[in-house]
Amino acid sequence: MPSHDPSGHGHDHDHDHDHSELSDIQLRVRALETILTEKGYVDPAALDAIVESYETSIGPKNGARLVARAWIDPDFKAALLKDATEAANALGHVSPVSSHLIAVENTPQTHNLVVCTLCSCYPWEVLGLPPVWYKSAPYRSRAVIDPRGVLADFGVSLPAETEIRIWDSTAETRFLVLPMRPPGTDNWSEDKLAEIVTRDCMIGTGLPNP
Amino acid sequence: MSNTIHDMGGMHGFGPVESEANEPPFHEPWEGRVLAMQRATGFMGLWSIDGGRASLETLPPVTYLQSSYYQRWFLGLEKRVVAHGLVGADELAAGHSLHAATPAPRTLRAADVPRTQTRGNYQRPSAAPAKFKPGDRVRTVNISPTTHTRLPRYARDKEGIVEAIRGCHVYPDTAALDVHNENPQWLYTVVFTGKELWGDNADPTIKVSIEAFEPYLLPA
Repeated sequence: MPSHDPSGHGHDHDHDHDHSELSDIQLRVRALETILTEKGYVDPAALDAIVESYETSIGPKNGARLVARAWIDPDFKAALLKDATEAANALGHVSPVSSHLIAVENTPQTHNLVVCTLCSCYPWEVLGLPPVWYKSAPYRSRAVIDPRGVLADFGVSLPAETEIRIWDSTAETRFLVLPMRPPGTDNWSEDKLAEIVTRDCMIGTGLPNP
Repeated sequence: MSNTIHDMGGMHGFGPVESEANEPPFHEPWEGRVLAMQRATGFMGLWSIDGGRASLETLPPVTYLQSSYYQRWFLGLEKRVVAHGLVGADELAAGHSLHAATPAPRTLRAADVPRTQTRGNYQRPSAAPAKFKPGDRVRTVNISPTTHTRLPRYARDKEGIVEAIRGCHVYPDTAALDVHNENPQWLYTVVFTGKELWGDNADPTIKVSIEAFEPYLLPA
């Protein structure tokens, strides 16, 4: 859901929009940061560093590296499926992965789909910030009852007999889908393989497309 | 709260999922500031991750649905800093501090950021052995607490199978109310058939799992 104009959202306005190009939410966020900073509860330099990390270094490329490695290295794949936290950290990541990362493998029989129906739990360290759709009511409501309909929204159609396993992230465990390696990629390098591993592939709403 | 609008699994009527090509990390700079303030205030250790969730879940349903993700985060953050006495409502109205600060337990500095970008570890030592093992049939409890829980409505009073034990973890239902009341509980992956959750018309090829804390489960 776009958030560019929250002015119709029902809270009281005590300022005049004609005199400011800043939206109500911008003003309120700025005010809170000012107060928290003045009181010493937050350090603006730390806030800058957090924002920068998500804009530059933490993203789905980290997860794609895990998948590509698993595709070319059976030992790594076994380690990833056994304990994804340990395997990810052994590979050496930009951002260390905390406990409870769980990799779930797509097979010809089973397709995995990850959701958080209650909020927006997501494996940030390997996929970055969740996209807006992942946090949206349509996805959170439908993934557990109509996954084929959700997949159709993404242009994905699976064989009628494929089992679809939905993982609702209701605790601090986090799930990463290990997609199937597409045919015709036998001689590809690890780096080239990583390029076709999209964020959606690792949530389960996409398939790698060489 | 438990039976509130955040618990969306299985609802109808929200329309198609709309994906945005090349979505940026933040659509507007204020969204990044909200995320960063969420992290930095969380670092103070005054509330748990579930206390944070609970502050969003208790937003009025209409507000929840009409607000974007980061707007919800902001509204929840405002509520928490006021509830914990860090900021006064008069200060929010004034846009700057009016009162002396109570000493911060700890303040996140830029040098700490790389280290704190790794999520916390919620596993804890167990006080008792796990009651269930993989393969066990279980039934989820039927509860409607007015406080935070992580047992979704669609998976209450349903029969499923324990698939995995995930260790002993901080219990959200108590930690949401008091950051010090971690009350660790065994955590399981429990899988349900589509038919058990949604009835005879369910897609026969789907299975849904939740991560269920031991107090959510009874032997079936």
